[in-house]
This record gives sequence, structure tokens and C-alpha cells, in this order.
Amino acid sequence: MHEMAIAQGILNIVLNTAIENQVGKVTNIKLLIGQMTQIEPESLKFGFAALSMGSIAEGASVEITIVPLVGQCNSCRQKFAVERYCFLCPNCNSANVTVLSGRELAVEYLEGE
Amino acid sequence: MQIQVMTNILDENDKIATQVHERLSAADIFIVNLMGSPGCGKTSLLENTIVALKNEISMAVIEGDLFTAKDAERIKQHGVPVVQINTGGGCHLDANMVNNVLDSLDLEALDLIVIENVGNLVCPAEFNIGEDVKVTLLSITEGEDKPLKYPLIFKQASVVILNKIDLLPYTNFDMQAAVADITSINPDAVLLQVSCQSGIGLPQWCGWLKEQIRMKQTRSME
Repeated sequence: MHEMAIAQGILNIVLNTAIENQVGKVTNIKLLIGQMTQIEPESLKFGFAALSMGSIAEGASVEITIVPLVGQCNSCRQKFAVERYCFLCPNCNSANVTVLSGRELAVEYLEGE
Repeated sequence: MQIQVMTNILDENDKIATQVHERLSAADIFIVNLMGSPGCGKTSLLENTIVALKNEISMAVIEGDLFTAKDAERIKQHGVPVVQINTGGGCHLDANMVNNVLDSLDLEALDLIVIENVGNLVCPAEFNIGEDVKVTLLSITEGEDKPLKYPLIFKQASVVILNKIDLLPYTNFDMQAAVADITSINPDAVLLQVSCQSGIGLPQWCGWLKEQIRMKQTRSME
């Protein structure tokens, strides 16, 4: 259950960004969470709601976009959705594969007034 | 009003991890983050590593544990410096916890620090703690299905050690399937089969570790 630590990281980013931009009340937070992270969205939202109580982000809605796990083969350049966590190229079986997306853990934007 | 942020949530942790890594690298120390389930044999592997390398390599251990100092006491008996971090229920170590204990070690005297993470196949995989390499230990009594169930910790590892292989005849562990799954998750990982009881595979592990330490020290001299 490391969602609490992640939620604290989100809250720090949100509060710092809000202060820098003179936002008095945060209403919505958009997160990008990669498919190959081990985040349970409901636990994360619960943790954020608990941690943000009493702050200007209290009550803000948290939207999560799951980013699919995509690899690209460095041998044949094929891009592919990684299935069953197999990081071998489905086209040429090369092991030389770069992960293009799916490891994100980011605050994309926030909305406030 | 919408404000674009696009900030990595783990940025703060990663910044501290970089500081830890830079500080230890300046002292020519190779850093291992040792991860695996409770009971998979992390501390046993460490004890065996200490016994095998104590006369050649100057090492220290940082022990992550929820509440106790039981592992640290085991390590202390082997006469190497050990620092305990109690996470107080926290399921993983983070970079700040490691950073906070570095002052209690005599860094100039060390070649190697092994950080034994909290026993857990999930959370430690997300947090860099300043290591050069992550090593993931899986004991065969846990079952060959674990790499696909917990892929991240196997994907992040430079070395995957299958431990307790002396018990293979007494289990239905499918070694072929385990090796195939680990290789497809992480084709670059060094895969070792070890038993801390019989000693099989330990020379390969210790040899790999010594080579990594030597390579890091050679790089820093260049």
C-alpha cells in the first residue's frame, strides 16, 4: 500500500503549483498513470482525499488516465502493445526493446479558481 | 482556470535518490538495492555474501524493516557495519530514509553498501533509493507464477536470483516456465540459481558482485 506515499507526492505538486499560480481553490486534478505501475486508482483517490483535508485541494476531483504499455523494437522499429509483460518484439523476437509508455506517474494538469 | 503541470510524482524522491547515488559514488561505493518477499532469503543471501567476501570487500548493510532489528542483529554477528531503518509499518524504503542514515557509516572505508529493502514484491519496485542496481530475489517455494503477477520488480532488476533451489525436488516449481517468464519480462537481467543452504550458485553471485564493484572503481579512476 504505497498509494499513500504517491498521494502525498501528488498533494505536494498540486499545492506548490496552485500557490505559484495564485489558485485559491483546486477543483480538479488530472493524473497520468502508466499501465505498468502498481497503483490502485481507488486507493490513490482515497489517500488523496484524506491527505488533502483542510488544504485548498480538499474536495478536488481526481481524474486518472491509464497510459497503455507500449514498446518499440530497436531492431525492426516495430511499435507494439506489450501483452502479458513480454518485452520481446512480437515481429522479430528481438530483446532490444525500448518502453515508450506505460511507466508514467505524473500530474498532467490541475483546474482551480 | 487550467494549469498544465506535467510533473513526475516521484520527482522529489528521485532527486534525493540522485543525491544519495552521487554522494556514495564519490566515495567509490557500489550500491545494491536488494528486494524480494518476506522469507525469500534476502538476509540469508547477505550473510553468505558477507562470509564469502569479507576479506576482499569492505561492505556495510542498511536494513529496512517494518518494526524490528532482527535482520540487523543477524548481520552484526558477521562483523560488518549495519544500520537499521524502521519504516514503522511503511511497505518500502524511500530515498529520504536512506539519505538520513548515511552519516552513520564511514563511507571512505567502504566498497559496497547493500540495502535490504522491506520484504514486499510490490511497493519497493517503484522507489529508487540511490542504488546502482536492483537485485530481485525469488525463492522457488513462492511459485513460478510470481514474475507475471509482480512484473515490475522483475523488470527493474539487473539481477534476478532464484533462491532455495535445493528444495526443487520437494516442490512443483516449474523452472522452465519461471525462466521463460523472467526472460520475457526482462531480457537483460542476469539470472542466477542459488541455494544459501547448499551454497550452489553463490560463487557466481559473489563473482558478479565483485566484478561490478571493480568496474565502478575502474570507471571512477578514468
